[in-house]
Amino acid sequence: MALLDIDALSVTLPGMARPILDRIELTVAAGETVALVGESGSGKSVTARAALGLFPAGADLAGRVRVEDIDLVGADAARLREVRTGIAAMIFQDPRAGISPVRRIGDFLTEALRLVGGWSRARADARAAELLAAVGLPDPERHLRQFPHEMSGGMLQRVMIAAALCGEPRLLLCDEPTTALDVATQAEILALLGRLRRERDLGLLLITHDIELAAASCDRIYVMYAGRIVETATADELFARPRHPYTAGLLGSSPPQEGPLTRLAPIPGAPMSLLESATGCAFAPRCRFAEPGRCDQAPPVLEPHGAGRVACHRADELEPPVLAHLAPDSEDR
Amino acid sequence: MTTDVTPHDGTPLIEVSGLRKTYRTGTGEVVAVEDLSFSLPVGGALGLVGESGSGKTTTARMLLGLERPDAGRIMVRGTPLAETVRGRAARLARAKAVQMVFQDPYLSLDGRLSIGATLDGVLRLHGVRDPAARSARIGELLAQVGLGPREAATRPRGLSGGQRQRAAIARALAVEPALLVLDEAVSALDVSVQAQVLNLLADIRRDTGIGLIFVSHDLAVVRYLCDEALVLHRGRTVEHRPVGDLLTAPADPYTRLLLASIPRPGWDPEHIARQRRELPAPAAAGGVVPSE
Ligand SMILES: Nc1ncnc2c1ncn2[C@@H]1O[C@H](COP(=O)(O)OP(=O)(O)OP(=O)(O)O)[C@@H](O)[C@H]1O
Ligand SMILES: Nc1ncnc2c1ncn2[C@@H]1O[C@H](COP(=O)(O)OP(=O)(O)OP(=O)(O)O)[C@@H](O)[C@H]1O
Ligand code: SF4
Ligand SMILES: [Mg+2]
Ligand SMILES: [Mg+2]
Repeated sequence: MALLDIDALSVTLPGMARPILDRIELTVAAGETVALVGESGSGKSVTARAALGLFPAGADLAGRVRVEDIDLVGADAARLREVRTGIAAMIFQDPRAGISPVRRIGDFLTEALRLVGGWSRARADARAAELLAAVGLPDPERHLRQFPHEMSGGMLQRVMIAAALCGEPRLLLCDEPTTALDVATQAEILALLGRLRRERDLGLLLITHDIELAAASCDRIYVMYAGRIVETATADELFARPRHPYTAGLLGSSPPQEGPLTRLAPIPGAPMSLLESATGCAFAPRCRFAEPGRCDQAPPVLEPHGAGRVACHRADELEPPVLAHLAPDSEDR
Repeated sequence: MTTDVTPHDGTPLIEVSGLRKTYRTGTGEVVAVEDLSFSLPVGGALGLVGESGSGKTTTARMLLGLERPDAGRIMVRGTPLAETVRGRAARLARAKAVQMVFQDPYLSLDGRLSIGATLDGVLRLHGVRDPAARSARIGELLAQVGLGPREAATRPRGLSGGQRQRAAIARALAVEPALLVLDEAVSALDVSVQAQVLNLLADIRRDTGIGLIFVSHDLAVVRYLCDEALVLHRGRTVEHRPVGDLLTAPADPYTRLLLASIPRPGWDPEHIARQRRELPAPAAAGGVVPSE
């Protein structure tokens, strides 16, 4: 059974032209690393927060979010607390935003243990030092007495991961955990997350807008656009044979690390806001394969294609060789 | 484009030698940049890469005159950049030498003004008196960065992130600078929008003689845009070469680490983390030096 099982989840805010989330399907099993990728505003963070039973105030909800066997839509406060302080935990992009600059690392870490767990000061301190060691900080006792500004971004992100481990979670939701870090530090944080996943059999949901990072570090990938999952497949499959024009566009947007340089083929335009709606495919205004008459109908929710599942009217025709033409323009650079 | 950045004798557009910058902090002295030298021909593009804290922004700020070097010299088209800028004429001359585009476009755009009004103000400041000439030039600048009349009439808040960054680039271009310094200018953008801005920068390179200093920790982006890359590690230059050579045959262990860190299929972050721990600290410079 999946650790996290999101099934046909829709989140709609009154007054918005389209749902924030539209029939989302996503699962994470124990020991698995799953990526959720998409551009800004596509609904990645709302999806991750839903896995903690946190929904935008005043939103209409449909569908199901299960963590282990607990259904979070309409769960009572006690069950939600059980999930949020135990089974699942979340880490965020900017570690400095999540920690008060005037409090010591030790106080920050022991607070939850002492308040929620009713632990004694000494026991909580010992546990905090243990957690700092577990996330690979070299001198736990000293770090407990430090203030956030005395630590680099990478060290502070380790502290946030340590805090997330306080309740011995089985599901770790990582919302852009390395976006604010440089590439070398990013690799260290992913090495740490990978080790924790193996040692503790954690399920990891990695949210990122970097499809290459997702492909390099995850087992499976979900690609999100305007509140919908538009494609999902194993990381290798998605990277080698994208089937949705949006996925192919994301891959074609990053400059290649090797091989000849041709002019980039960006997806034209910008992502759709919540104030815009689409009767047909939400990606159609930016899609070079959009076909009048067909794409002005909403495409199906994910359907099997090749080794993955895709939500596109033309998935059958847009086999990988067709999409490959997305990448190079003949112009030089 | 009317910018005249073409020197008549092959003088480099910018020549930096022996730059050094230290900061005093509570615990001692931080050497942010040490003995930095490079030069850039007209139309050249140099990528400055390195991890967080390696001195990239400090370098950019020195080029812009926002930070005063402790030692070293910056020459633009053969003329030393004045250390102190006093008076209107000197400020304008400085602005014409170097313009900067930041990660956060709000740092160079006035939130209260429409993009058109911002550009108009810059042109007026730089002596374009005739309103018709200004308005023609504004049209040119907007077209150059791919914005239209709707965006010109809009304040920064009403634009998307990518459009805001284009507007910031247009503002910098309005000055017709010799050199454009971009400090992580595309890092906060979505990849699709980032690609649009990268193509725009490639066009600017092709169509003008403006030199680019491109600060980034993304080597793939640097490869796309720049001829050369200079790798900084704790303020020291560890490698400075044509970007293709640097990527295919990195000479320095730190450059190799940076390259290995780029996510790609088959990537092994644990191996990278191990390598990073074993990396020798660069000689002499970098980190905290106890103060006397
Ligand atoms: N509590 C809320 N109330 C109203 N709208 C919300 C709320 N939370 C998110 N939204 C909107 O829902 C959409 C999806 O937001 P979300 O934060 O999930 O995007 P994201 O994919 O995480 O983007 P980013 O990459 O910028 O973090 C956005 O348009 C956002 O403005
Ligand atoms: N105003 C300052 N006072 C004290 N130290 C500073 C100051 N500005 C920068 N430093 C230090 O100088 C070094 C270089 O910083 P700089 O901002 O140039 O790095 P960077 O390469 O731009 O890093 P990032 O990728 O994080 O932007 C760092 O050790 C930094 O802490
Ligand atoms: S359904 Fe049509 S418009 Fe939408 S992604 Fe597929 S081809 Fe493009
Ligand atoms: Mg988000
Ligand atoms: Mg910087």
